[in-house]
Amino acid sequence: MQAVWRPDIKELARKELETRPFESGHRLCAGCGAGIIVRQILMAARKPVVWINATGCVEVATTIFPYTSWNVPWAHNAFENAAAVGSGVEAAQKKLKRAGRFADDPDVELDYDIVVLGGDGGTYDIGLQSLSGALERRHKFMYVLYDNEAYMNTGIQRSGGTPFGARTTTTPVGKVIKGKPLFKKPIMDIVVAHQIPYAATVSPAYWNDAVMKFRKGFEAEGPAFIHAFSTCPLGWGSRPEDTVKLMKLAVETCVFPLYEVINGEYRLNGPSLAIAKNPDKKKPVEEYLKLQGRFRHMFKPENKWMIEKFQEWVDKQWELLLKKAGF
Amino acid sequence: MEVPVLGWKDLPMAAVPFVSSKAYDTGEWAVFQPKINPDKCVKCGLCWMYCPDSVYRWDGEGIPEPDLGHCKGCGICAEECPTKAIEMVRV
Amino acid sequence: MQELKKVEQTMLALNGDEAVAWAVKQSNVDVVAAYPITPQTIIVERISEFYHNGEIDIEFIKVESEHSALSASWGASIAGARAFTATAANGLALMWEILYIVASTRAPVVMAVVNRALSAPINIHNDHSDSMGARDAGWIQIYSEDAQEAYDNTIMAFRIAEEAMFPVMVTLDGFTISHTLQNVLVLPDEVVSEFVGERKVPRIKLPMIYGEKEIPLMLNPKYPVSFGPLDLYDYYFEHKVQQNEAMKASVPIIEKVHREFAEISGRSYEPVHFIPYRTEDADVILVGLSSTMSVVKKVVDELREEGKKVGAIRLRVFRPFPAEMLRKELSKFSAVGVLDRSLSFGGEGGPVFTEVRSAMYSAQSRPPIVDFVYGLGGRELPPKLIKKAFEDVLAMKEEPETPVIKYLGVRE
Repeated sequence: MQAVWRPDIKELARKELETRPFESGHRLCAGCGAGIIVRQILMAARKPVVWINATGCVEVATTIFPYTSWNVPWAHNAFENAAAVGSGVEAAQKKLKRAGRFADDPDVELDYDIVVLGGDGGTYDIGLQSLSGALERRHKFMYVLYDNEAYMNTGIQRSGGTPFGARTTTTPVGKVIKGKPLFKKPIMDIVVAHQIPYAATVSPAYWNDAVMKFRKGFEAEGPAFIHAFSTCPLGWGSRPEDTVKLMKLAVETCVFPLYEVINGEYRLNGPSLAIAKNPDKKKPVEEYLKLQGRFRHMFKPENKWMIEKFQEWVDKQWELLLKKAGF
Repeated sequence: MEVPVLGWKDLPMAAVPFVSSKAYDTGEWAVFQPKINPDKCVKCGLCWMYCPDSVYRWDGEGIPEPDLGHCKGCGICAEECPTKAIEMVRV
Repeated sequence: MQELKKVEQTMLALNGDEAVAWAVKQSNVDVVAAYPITPQTIIVERISEFYHNGEIDIEFIKVESEHSALSASWGASIAGARAFTATAANGLALMWEILYIVASTRAPVVMAVVNRALSAPINIHNDHSDSMGARDAGWIQIYSEDAQEAYDNTIMAFRIAEEAMFPVMVTLDGFTISHTLQNVLVLPDEVVSEFVGERKVPRIKLPMIYGEKEIPLMLNPKYPVSFGPLDLYDYYFEHKVQQNEAMKASVPIIEKVHREFAEISGRSYEPVHFIPYRTEDADVILVGLSSTMSVVKKVVDELREEGKKVGAIRLRVFRPFPAEMLRKELSKFSAVGVLDRSLSFGGEGGPVFTEVRSAMYSAQSRPPIVDFVYGLGGRELPPKLIKKAFEDVLAMKEEPETPVIKYLGVRE
């Protein structure tokens, strides 16, 4: 068993300065959480990375022809098939290595880890089938879901990852129906049910926890799945500078608890573990909701029940998680 | 960097991009950009860590330097700086 | 005819699907990703047997859908592997989106399409509506007449794909070829292996990133490239024109590979893009695709016995379409009938007809052309109906006025 790798921010910085794997000049919005997630994944790399990207904000914003922000091999095919593409890359890598192909070509490197990145639309919804297939087949890659809780790239439409009450362009705050009437799909439960070796949630605000989990994802013997929380100032109606603050508040309110599932065993991490031990630390959801325009209607007196319902749901999910984690 | 406009005969096969986005100046988006007060900076690197745009150059030792040619001015760095060493100033 | 090298070949009783599986087994394929669908299933079953018996060194991804089959094949291909997949009908329809992406990113995936009618109503039998619908997706398309040709075309497809940097679709008729046992001459493993070689990756230049260095066009940490960017109105048009011109430029590659294959196998498909049958002195001809043309040739023989000057042309390479060669060839005849085993709803004729007639518009001498739509959903085309078609075409010599589309073998 190898020693547990601990990220050192200075080393991470030096490595990024040297290799610049994700270059500036991409066109993600100012304050986009996904840009931080991409960087943290690359910080955690233990060997060269090949990156497969589903259609979505990260894809369109980072490779607007003739530009590319990627100094790692990168490929985008379509919206719903990133995990299938990753399967093919992994299969090719296995075969080419086994056959000693390109062994005498100094211009080719076959020893790499594979990252597959998809948004909530590409993971909860349209890409769920190909993800499930790839997890069942045990392809060795790390699938990262950057969850900004709606189809932001097409202009803020609801997805299976959109939370209750949120205003999107397809769940507007109407006279009768106010925001999204349904709750977020339990994507982690669905993924964990595939019995993969490693699954975890990360909030980039807790960078140490996040980078370490990405590293564990790279090291997992088989498919790994990381659910990363990604603030979207444009879609959430939040101030760009509040991006990291919201990433913290989501954890502190248990809206997005931090945990990992290692071969089926649940473990709470960092602030979520602290809240499990000391429930007084759990903040009310209002603190998280109030910084976001998408929930503004819920603060009107006649809609207060929505905040209560949101809180009830969060509490219930949190209790379920506590049980799974042995609390 | 001058990015040429190519015709179909000169484009690389398979529609692969041919220039780094470093050549694309997103600094023009910014209304405010960070200014670091070196006296207050404790070199913790959080501004570097939380920048979505890989704008900060940091060798892990000195004061991180933002590349204003690409900084979009989101202000996360100023908000997260534990010593309030970063001020967002109008460009 | 040139002197052909003699190679000891083994005669095996194989159906068309098995013949394709044998070709895959011998062609140094690295990755197969496939999903079963009638009548393609035997291909994936046989490859599975080879794989489970350790007779083929591939990674076999048994995917959860055709959409993923082609997506995984693409991933494998851009990662530097030789990738193969196979499908039919609805499976091909499910791949639709990815067909275009594979072609536009110039990934040399080879796919066998076992031609089957598209739903609805659901029908598992042969017609060409599946691959004809995919004709504009940017794939080279080669149609096979029998199991032997399905075997030969599959082997050649790997070479053509990788030299032209286009995906290649090899088609064979569902059931008629896919499930019918035929004697197939199988080349020795080492001969095929040498003919196709290992997957080679072309090199490109990206001067603004790597200077004058020629870098491999694949997922490779030594020289990263980005596949599948966002392209706007400032470049999309150029990329499409480049793709179209490159497909036209694949013609000599297709010809060269056929000639080299003839040297090792003794089987020549000259003049490659289409094969004329008794056309030298023919007055009228029928043009068509695939297994139907075997029967058409028999009918030609019979009608010749009766003194009728008829002939046939079997199209093999439908994409890139051999317009110029065909224009030259067809100008000689006084009337032409086209056999179309699919429909273009609301269009003026089936896909083969519109293509052929369009090619003939700029000919010096333009024979009248009629479209015979036949065989949809596996409906048989007996010799007497083919004779009837020839008679109609012969009549057009005198009386060109005729409906543009006629249906052969449909009840009114």
